[in-house]
Amino acid sequence: MTSTIEAPRSPYTRSTRKSGVNWEKWGWIYMRVSGVVLVVLIFGHLFVNLMTGEGVSALNFAFVAGKLASPFWQIWDVLMLWLALIHGGNGMRTLVNDYATSRISRGILKVAILVSVVSLIVLGTLVVYTFDACPAGSPADLLPAVCSTL
Amino acid sequence: MPQTAGTLDSQQKTTSRRPAGTLYRGNTGMWSWVLHRITGVAIFFFLLVHILDTALVRVSPEAYNAVISQYQTPIMGLGEVALVGAIVFHAFNGLRIILIDFWNAKYQRVLFYVVIGLWVVTMLGFVPRHLINVFSH
Repeated sequence: MTSTIEAPRSPYTRSTRKSGVNWEKWGWIYMRVSGVVLVVLIFGHLFVNLMTGEGVSALNFAFVAGKLASPFWQIWDVLMLWLALIHGGNGMRTLVNDYATSRISRGILKVAILVSVVSLIVLGTLVVYTFDACPAGSPADLLPAVCSTL
Repeated sequence: MPQTAGTLDSQQKTTSRRPAGTLYRGNTGMWSWVLHRITGVAIFFFLLVHILDTALVRVSPEAYNAVISQYQTPIMGLGEVALVGAIVFHAFNGLRIILIDFWNAKYQRVLFYVVIGLWVVTMLGFVPRHLINVFSH
């Protein structure tokens, strides 16, 4: 029985792809495109929430509801939600591929990442689009200013 | 044979090069990569928590206010400095990675110091104002 030993440091052969989408390439492109957009979205988010007015001390339901009552911030926040979760999930997938040594642990961890990303995207999107800035029966002093003008 | 000698020379040149001479092993290339991974993981886990706490706006104003007030304590205020520091580094270093990929990798070292410089400037703008907001309330 003969077995061939490859020369050291010879490039490993990939199974040649005849057709289909190169998902790793699109993942690589996605990280860069979403990254640039996220820099703008998150820096804007941090500036409005932490730098203007009294910053973190001013955050409460009235502040957030006042923002989410406007379509501008709805789109801003939903874009940030989708782009950031997929960007983060894909980054975590890269780390799992690098550091999880067994096939089973890689599988479990990547399923866990996928489940958390998908469920939080669904949850976050539902919250933004089913949200009521002026819930009935809530004390008026907890509500944003737009509620009193209705 | 001059041909063989030539290939040997170039091979010796690459194999005897110090680890620090490569893009991702040693020095700035490696440390920016390590920091990018660590900050990325930290931001990811914060993001999971942050979406869950923000989802409480859908429950009731009282529930949201109870949780968001936890972000306004002095300890969490310092945590927010660390969080913003991680985000700002990840953002600027991410832009550096894009420039390395699409522009020119030979500027990676100087771009790392640009990232550090921009990080310091951004944090100087953020930290004092944030700490005043946290500790004066």
